[in-house]
Amino acid sequence: MRLRSGVLAAGCLLLQAMGVAIFLRGFFPMAVRARPRGEPPGDGPAEPAPPGSGAVSNWSAMPPPLFRKVVLVLIDALREDFVFGPKGKQFMPYATQVIEKGTSYSFVAEAKPPTVTMPRIKALMTGSIPGFIDVVVNLNSPALLDDNLIWQAKTAGKRIIFYGDDTWVKLFPKHFVEYDGTTSFFVSDFTEVDDNVTRHLDRVLKREDWDLLILHYLGLDHIGHVTGPNSPQVGPKLREMDNILKKIHISLLSKEGEASLPSLLVVCGDHGMSETGSHGGSSEGEVHTPLLFISSAFEKRSGPLTQPELVQQTDLASTLAVGLGLPISRNSVGTLILPVVGGKTMREQLRFLHLNGFQLSRLLEENTPAYEKDPGYEQFKIAEKSHGNWIKLYLEGNNSEILMNLGKKVLKQYLEALKTLSASLSKQVAQYDMYSMMVGTVIVMEVLLLLLLSVPKALSSRAEFEVPLSPSLFSLLFYLMCLVLCAVHVIVCTSAESLCYFCSMSWLTALGVMMLISALMCGILSAIGKILENSRLPVKNPVVSSSSWSEVDVLMLAGTIGHVLSLGASSFIEEEHQTWYFLINTLCLALCQELCRNHFLLKECDPQHGISLKQNFDGIGEASDCKNIDVPTSGNSKLDKVASSAEFIKGSDKWISLASPWIILICCRLLRSLNQTGVQWAHRPDFGHWLTSSEHKSELSFLAAVSLVMIFFLVQRRCSLVSKIAMALGLLGVYSYRAAIGNVVFPWQHDSKDISKGITEARFVYVFVLGIVFTGTKDLLKSQVISADSSVKSTGLWEVYSGLVLLAALLFRPHNLPVLVFCLLIQTMMTKYIWRPLKCDVAQITIMHYWFGQAFFYFQGNSNGIATVDVSAGFVGLESYVEIPAIFLTAFATYAGPLLWAIHLLCYLSSEVSRNAAAVGHGCFCYALMRSIPVAIYILLVTGLRYHLFIWSVFSPKLLYEGVHVFITAAICLFFTAMDQNHSQKVQD
Amino acid sequence: MRDAEARRLWAANLLRAAAVPLTAVVPAFFMDGFTVLGTHLAWLCVCVLCVGTLNVGLCLVLKPSLPPKRSSVATKISRFLKCCIYFFMSCILFHAIIVLYGAPLIESVTETFLFAVLLSTFTTLQCLCMLGPNIQAWIRVFSKNGATSIWENSLQITTTCSILGAWFGAFPIPLDWDRPWQVWPISCSLGATFGYVAGLIIAPLWIHWNWKQLTYKSR
Repeated sequence: MRLRSGVLAAGCLLLQAMGVAIFLRGFFPMAVRARPRGEPPGDGPAEPAPPGSGAVSNWSAMPPPLFRKVVLVLIDALREDFVFGPKGKQFMPYATQVIEKGTSYSFVAEAKPPTVTMPRIKALMTGSIPGFIDVVVNLNSPALLDDNLIWQAKTAGKRIIFYGDDTWVKLFPKHFVEYDGTTSFFVSDFTEVDDNVTRHLDRVLKREDWDLLILHYLGLDHIGHVTGPNSPQVGPKLREMDNILKKIHISLLSKEGEASLPSLLVVCGDHGMSETGSHGGSSEGEVHTPLLFISSAFEKRSGPLTQPELVQQTDLASTLAVGLGLPISRNSVGTLILPVVGGKTMREQLRFLHLNGFQLSRLLEENTPAYEKDPGYEQFKIAEKSHGNWIKLYLEGNNSEILMNLGKKVLKQYLEALKTLSASLSKQVAQYDMYSMMVGTVIVMEVLLLLLLSVPKALSSRAEFEVPLSPSLFSLLFYLMCLVLCAVHVIVCTSAESLCYFCSMSWLTALGVMMLISALMCGILSAIGKILENSRLPVKNPVVSSSSWSEVDVLMLAGTIGHVLSLGASSFIEEEHQTWYFLINTLCLALCQELCRNHFLLKECDPQHGISLKQNFDGIGEASDCKNIDVPTSGNSKLDKVASSAEFIKGSDKWISLASPWIILICCRLLRSLNQTGVQWAHRPDFGHWLTSSEHKSELSFLAAVSLVMIFFLVQRRCSLVSKIAMALGLLGVYSYRAAIGNVVFPWQHDSKDISKGITEARFVYVFVLGIVFTGTKDLLKSQVISADSSVKSTGLWEVYSGLVLLAALLFRPHNLPVLVFCLLIQTMMTKYIWRPLKCDVAQITIMHYWFGQAFFYFQGNSNGIATVDVSAGFVGLESYVEIPAIFLTAFATYAGPLLWAIHLLCYLSSEVSRNAAAVGHGCFCYALMRSIPVAIYILLVTGLRYHLFIWSVFSPKLLYEGVHVFITAAICLFFTAMDQNHSQKVQD
Repeated sequence: MRDAEARRLWAANLLRAAAVPLTAVVPAFFMDGFTVLGTHLAWLCVCVLCVGTLNVGLCLVLKPSLPPKRSSVATKISRFLKCCIYFFMSCILFHAIIVLYGAPLIESVTETFLFAVLLSTFTTLQCLCMLGPNIQAWIRVFSKNGATSIWENSLQITTTCSILGAWFGAFPIPLDWDRPWQVWPISCSLGATFGYVAGLIIAPLWIHWNWKQLTYKSR
C-alpha cells in the first residue's frame, strides 16, 4: 500500500494522539481509592479494650460534638502573610488582636498542588488529596461522591447554610438548607462577589436554626488574578474581611451565654497566590495558607507570639469532624489538630486520636496489600495497646500523676503513628496505572520510529511511502505478536490487584489495540529491512553528508535535540519560553549571516568573476543541492539560484532584506517584555501588567486600536473585497466588545458606567468570523471541484487564515493584540525577504514555522503551568458556561500562536506548489515529525521521573500541554492532508 | 617555512591562553577580596585589558599579517583611529545582540556592556590586529574556505569558539540551583572565556592534524 507523506503523517499523528490519550489516562488515574459511601455511617470503633479477660470499656458510642455551631470562613487565595505577615498586622487589626491575645489557635496549612479552588475545596471537605486530573474538570465540577464532611453533617441532621462560590453548590447539591452561589467567572468583579455573600450575614447570624455556616469569599482571588498580591486593592479587601470576622465573632460570643457548648469560628484560605497573583503551582506563596481556629473554648493565648505551626490542609476535615461529633470521612488522610481539642480531658483526647488512627489504618488496609508492614500501622497498633493499658488503669480509678504521664506518653505515640500513617497514605495518591502507561508509550514510540524511518522516502520528490501491510512473511510474525500480546494482556489483567484502565476496556478494543501495536511493529521491522537492503546495494543517490549542511541546518538539528533533552530538567520546563526565545534569536542571526553571505559573496563574484570564489560558490551550490533532496530539478536549481539571487541584489529592497532579521529580532525582544512568564522571573514587572492596570486604560485603548488597524492592513492584502469589508467590520466589533466589557474606552465616552458582558458585540464578531471562514471554504471547494487555477485556492486558504486571525483578535486580551500584529508582521517579512530570496527548502521552512509557533505560544503569556490558561476566553459571547464551545474557545485562544503559524505554513507551502509539487506533503510530514519527537521523548522522561518531587507541579501540567498540542497538531495535519489531496487529484487530472 | 610559522603560532596561542588564568589569579595579590565570581566586574576589566594588550603586543611583535607596507604616519594614525571606531562599534553591536537575546535593557547595564567588551576583545580585536580595518578581508576570512594562512585559520577557530562558548554559557541561567555563577552575566562571560582558551588550544591542534589538506591559495 502506497501512502503519500501527508496522509502518512496525519495517520501517524492520529495514532500518536490515541497513544498519548491512553498514556494520560494511565498517568492521571481517576481517584481509584474512593470507596462509595454506601451504607450509612455506623458508630465508630469503641475505645480499645483494656487487656485482661472480660474487661470492656464503657464508652463505645460516638463522642458528642464539642462545638454547638461552626462558622467556616473561606477566603479564596488568602495567603499566609495576609494574616500573619505585615499586611495582616496593618489591614486585619481584629484578627491580629485575636491571634495575639485572644482565645485562638493559628496554623499555617499547607495545600498540595494543584492549588486550584475545586481540588482544594475537595481536600478541605474530604480530607483526601484529589488527583491532578481534577484540575481539568475544574470548571465543570460534578457532584462530589466521596465520603465527605458535608455529607456526614447532613446525614447526622445538621443544618448547613452556604454563601459564596457556586462550586460548592455543584459539589454538594441538595446538601444545604439555604444557599446562594456566586459565579467566579467575571474576574474583574472585586466587590459584587463579596457583597453577595455578606448581605445575608446579619440575618443569618441572628437566627438559631443552623449548625454549620460556610462562607466562601472570592474577591481577594479576583484582585490577585487581575492586579497581583501587592496591589493597593488588597489592603481594603483584607480590612473588609477583618470587619466580617469581627462581626461574626462578636455575634457568636454574644450567643455563648445562652448555650452550654461554645461555638467555633474557622478562618482559612483554599490556596495562596504567587508573586504575580495567579495560582495553580507549588511556590511557597501558593501553598501556604493561614488556618485560624477561634473559640471561647480555647485557652487565652499568653506569652510571646510564636511562629504558627505548619499543618496539612487535609487536617481540617478530621478536626472539624471531631469538633462536630461526626465520623471522620473514610478517604481522609488528615490527622487531628490536637490543640483544638486540648481543653478536653485526657480520656476524650485519646479517644479522638484513636478514632482518627483507626480510620487512617482502615484506609491503609483497603489500599495496601502489605499494610501490616507499614511502620505507621505498627506504631498505631502499639499505641492502641498502650491506650488499652491506660484505660485499664483509668477504670480502676487510678487518678494520680502516673496516669497523667502515661496518658501523655500514649498521646505522643498516637500522634507519631498518625503522622506516619498520613504520610504513607499521601504518598499513595500518586499510584500510576503502569500498564496503560506502557501501552500508550509503546504506541507513541512505534509511531515515532515509523516516522523517523520513513524520512528519506517521505521527503523524496515523489513524497510517497510504501507501507508494507500485505507481505506474508510478516503476517506470521504479526499473528505471533498478537498472540503473545494478548496473553500478556490476560496475565497482567488477571493478576493486577489495582484498578487498571486498559484492562477495564472491552476486550475487543484491547484486541484492536494489540493488533495495532503488532502491525506497527511489523511495519517498522520491514522498513528497517528495506533500509538494510538498500544500503547493501551500491549507493545510487548521494548520501547526505554532514559537511554539506549549512549553519541553519546544524542549528535546527541541534536546537531540536537540545530542546527535547532540556525537557528532562524541571527548571527548563518552567522556563521553556527562554529556550524558544533563545533558539529563534539564534535562528534569526543565522539567517542574517546566510543573507549576508548570499549578498556579499555574489557581489564580489559578479564584477570580478574571480575563479576561486566562483568555485567556492559552486561548492555551496552543490552542497545545497545535496541537501535539497526534495528539489526535483537539481540541475536547474543552481542556475536558478544564481539568477534569482542576482535579481534579488538588483532589487531595491536588498537592504530591507538584510535588515529584516534585525527587525524580527527587535519585534521578538518587544514581545518578550510584553508578558513576563515562567516561574523564576514571572514577578518581574512587564509591559502587559502596566497596560492592564486601571490607570493606563487610555494607553491600552490606543494600543488596542492601533493593533487592530495594523492587523487589518497586514491581513487584507490577499483577501477578496467581501472578506476585506467583513474583516474591517469584525475588527471594529472586537474593539466595541472590549469597550463593552470595560477593558478599553471609546475616546468620546469617558465614564464607563455600564459594564455588560458584551454578548451582542461578541456574537456580531462571531458572525463575521464564520462568514470569512465560510467564504474561504467555498473558494477551497470551488478550486477542488472545478479545479480552477491555484490562485483561487490560495485566496481561499488565506481567507480561512484571516478568519482565524479575527477570532484570535476577539479572544486575546487587549494587551495581547500586539502579539497578533507582530505575528503577522514577522510572517510577512519572513515570506517576502527571507524564505523567497534564500530559497529555503520545505523542511527548513516547516521547522522555522514550528519554532516561531512555539515562541508565540509563550509570547502571548502562556507558560507550562496551569495557572496561565486564560479561561475567560471560553466565555466570550456566551451567557453562561456551555461546555463544548467554552473548551473549544479556550483551546483556540491558548494555542493561537502555534495554530496561526501552522496555517500560515500551509498558505505559504501551497503558494510554493508551482515550484515543488510535493511541498504541502513534505511540510505536513515535517510538522508531524517536529511534534511527535518531543512528545514521545517527554513521555519516556515523565515515566522515568514519575516519583520526582515536582511531578505534580511541573511535569504533569507540561504533559497535559503536550497532550493537547498533539491533538491540535493532528487536526492541523488532517487539514494539510485535505489540502494536499485536492492538489494531487488535480495533478492526476 | 611553514614549520616555523606553525611554531610561532603555537607559541603565540599558548601565551595568550596562559594569560587568561593569570588574570584570575594575579590580581588577588594586589586587590583585597578579588575573586572572579565575587568581583566579577573587576575581573572583566582586568581580563579585557590583559587580553587586549597581549593581543596588540603580539601583533606588533610577530606581524603575522602580510608584508608591512611602507606607509606614512598619517595613514597609520587613520588606521589606528579606524580600528578604535570599529572596536567601539563592535562593542555596541554585541551589546545590542545581547539585549535582543533577553538581557535586561536598563538594570545591570554595566555588566552587559562589559560582557560585550569582553566578547569584542576575544573576537573583533583579534581580527583588527590580524586583518586591520578591512571589511573585505574580514568577509573573505569568515566565508567558507576563505582562510589564506594558518593565522587566519586560527583566527576563525578562536572567534567561533568564543562566541559558541558565550552561547552555551547562557544555558545554565534558567536552572534553579541558586549558584553564584548563575548570576547574569557570569556564566556567559565564563563560557566565552573558556571558549576562547579552548579555541586557542584547538586551533594549532586542528592545523596540525589537517596539515596535508591545508592548501592556501595566494591571492
